[in-house]
Amino acid sequence: MRNRSTLSLRIPQPKQRPGDKPDFSAIAIPPAGALERPATDASHRDLIPYAYSMIRVLNDDHKAVGAWNPRLDPAALIKGLRDMVLTRAFDDRMVRVQRQGKISFYVKSTGEEATAVAFAHALEKDDMCFPSYRQQGFLIARGCPLIQMMCQCFSNARDPMKGRQLPVLYSFREFGYFTISGNLGTQAPQAVGWAMASAYKSDDRIAVSFIGEGTTAEGDFHHALNFAAVYRAPVILNVVNNQWAISSFSGMAGGDETTFASRAIGYGLPGLRVDGNDFLAVYAAAQWAAERARSNHGATVIELFTYRAEGHSTSDDPSRYRPSDEWRAWPLGDPIERLKNHLIAIGAWSEKQHQALIEEAVTLVRETQRETESIGTLADGSRAPMPTMFEDVLAEMPWHIAQQKKMAGA
Amino acid sequence: MSTQILMPALSPTMEEGKLAKWLVKEGDEVHSGDILAEIETDKATMEFEAVDEGRIGKLLVAEGTEGVKVNAPIAELITEGGENEAQPVAAVSAPAPVAAPKEEAKAAAPTPVAKAALIEPAVPDGTEMVPTTVREALRDAMAEEMRRDPDVFLMGEEVAQYQGAYKVSQGLLDEFGPKRVIDTPITEHGFAGLGVGAGFAGLKPIVEFMTWNFAMQAIDQIINSAAKTRYMSGGQMGCSIVFRGPNGAAARVAAQHSQDYSSWYAHIPGIKVIAPYFAADAKGLLKAAIRDPNPVIFLENEIVYGRTFPVPKLDDFVLPIGKARVIRPGKDVTLVSYSMGVALILEAAEELAKEGIDAELIDLRTLRPLDTDTVIASVKKTNRIVTVEQDWPVCSIGSEIAAQVVEKAFDYLDAPPARVNGKDVPMPYAHNLEKLALPTVEDVVAAAKAVCYRS
Repeated sequence: MRNRSTLSLRIPQPKQRPGDKPDFSAIAIPPAGALERPATDASHRDLIPYAYSMIRVLNDDHKAVGAWNPRLDPAALIKGLRDMVLTRAFDDRMVRVQRQGKISFYVKSTGEEATAVAFAHALEKDDMCFPSYRQQGFLIARGCPLIQMMCQCFSNARDPMKGRQLPVLYSFREFGYFTISGNLGTQAPQAVGWAMASAYKSDDRIAVSFIGEGTTAEGDFHHALNFAAVYRAPVILNVVNNQWAISSFSGMAGGDETTFASRAIGYGLPGLRVDGNDFLAVYAAAQWAAERARSNHGATVIELFTYRAEGHSTSDDPSRYRPSDEWRAWPLGDPIERLKNHLIAIGAWSEKQHQALIEEAVTLVRETQRETESIGTLADGSRAPMPTMFEDVLAEMPWHIAQQKKMAGA
Repeated sequence: MSTQILMPALSPTMEEGKLAKWLVKEGDEVHSGDILAEIETDKATMEFEAVDEGRIGKLLVAEGTEGVKVNAPIAELITEGGENEAQPVAAVSAPAPVAAPKEEAKAAAPTPVAKAALIEPAVPDGTEMVPTTVREALRDAMAEEMRRDPDVFLMGEEVAQYQGAYKVSQGLLDEFGPKRVIDTPITEHGFAGLGVGAGFAGLKPIVEFMTWNFAMQAIDQIINSAAKTRYMSGGQMGCSIVFRGPNGAAARVAAQHSQDYSSWYAHIPGIKVIAPYFAADAKGLLKAAIRDPNPVIFLENEIVYGRTFPVPKLDDFVLPIGKARVIRPGKDVTLVSYSMGVALILEAAEELAKEGIDAELIDLRTLRPLDTDTVIASVKKTNRIVTVEQDWPVCSIGSEIAAQVVEKAFDYLDAPPARVNGKDVPMPYAHNLEKLALPTVEDVVAAAKAVCYRS
């Protein structure tokens, strides 16, 4: 009777599911070197196009091109390559260790090593990182000893966190690496608060946070952007868009409608969209945003466009929700291969050297594992002694916890 | 003929205010809706309109007068030949309950016992005691700590320019400037997270929630980040931070603005929880909370903000966290409470005294860690205990005390522990229902008599 159309509910779906042929043709990838590098004090209004394009430095011929080329010397590039290779070797080994039942859980960062490693290289050592759970490359790049990370995963007597957290949810004050929260997004406003405190103290250190694209749906992300803009906080708010939040594709967080970098625009912040598998592009964007923050021009949102090559964690099987060969079809390639090819192209590296680097990394990880297991694993060996479970609830021990400790026989 | 213009109540909790400015003078003709004066309360400045028309007679209260009681005559209005000569003009522009103030005033007036209550054994003899509102005591505590330590700062909604939604931060912006008294966007979750981050950076934030009701949005940052990070990090990263604001029922603000979060926060390891009643405790404990290296939840009460109690005049009055206080010794029954409930036990003790029951009163002051030793010692003496609080009964502070007493002093008990709590329903709005939902002095008296086997 009424001349009205009926409504239909849209449920977003990824383009491909298991069994389908991977197809990333819908992703527009501008050529490397196409974008200008604006001044770090540019108005956020003039930076709007950067939220929709993609900063890229390494071209198809493995050359570093354009204004964003950070012009790093070969030694710095080799160090970056080494940190990424070591991160991958560590991840590979830890998953095997998990499959053997020696640890309970693990989260790999395979395929997105450049987002964390290049970022760490571009920052000062004492800038504060508020990570998510896939930035182990950041810790490795800052020189955190593998044995400490591995003891944390094994939760043994030398776990610096005393057996209190899941594997990978690291905390390293010494390396400016904030305690990872299992509740998503809390680190974003905390990074803004840390950065404001740094500015209040007239310090020169800045803060950086990492969240995944799925977490941009959390209120924390939006609070962080609003506060960062209002108080012009010296902070960099990264969104690692690795396309998948466990089994939810990026469209579930709004990625079909717009880019995650463009979230910045409504808040009056610059948003940069970066090829996250291009070590040089990530480095250059981080360097730009750090300079902007350090010179009191405020916060930057960076979308690091990458791909999660493995499952979300050891608890899920990605072949159940996406084509298993998607990673091989990913148009932005593998960050390690791309940097390696660049180094070869400029005559600073060879396949032979690369193989040796991988072997060196695998050996170091294997030896670290042997040492770690000699201390203890989930199954046996020495672990945090019982009385320690009552420590660190507060800075001092209140009477009722002391009483519990006594009653527990400590 | 003339009628009286009365001091208006601008909110259900207003008891008095300042007549800031007259906008009419004697002899002026006024019409309904004309602005007569500006009234300042602890919360706001409001314009006060004429209801009836007439000519302003005598101005009974000079402008600038503070502490003008609600419903006190402030001016005369001469009207033309009305017949209801005896009817005062209720020149109230806000929809305030003119009939209610009688009970409000009764509930709000500090009882003599409260004034006579002991302060703290630590106060040296001869210390001058200064009558101070709880609101001022809280402000003084923050100001003193901010003077002492540049790492201390205050942030929250309306704390700076507006001087606090309940005027607790009065004067702080002027003294410390906008970098230390920070107005925030409206998101408790957002600025709680910011505060936690600043705390991890080594500053000592005081995060004000306009009320704790709004802090439910922030509970993830408070509990999952502030409270747990020291532990999770193996002791590497702690956070010195105070979350504070009014908690529990105010008046006529219904279910979403009247909740008591005492037992919610007291449940959580990794934080301390303080809920004072007296001004001296508010001051001494807030100073201690700001210096504490841990996250501290500081639960205030809107009704109590305006109450006046003696505060010792000392340069640095800091009280220990985690210590209850016996505010009145007695031998027949122990009445334990905190925050607003302390007013009830003080009054109940007077009533019980008339019937020959000598009650010992304990103000817990800190809810975590709970000072059960003081409570147990009292029960061993009186052999009877009644817990009193506005919070709901299930899993309440009273439940915890009852459990502790049964575990630790069972053989001393002559009667089962009794709890007096708010009714187990969301807070209704209507005045009569609200009153029924909250515990009363009569409830406390009845419970105390019951455990004494007196009826």
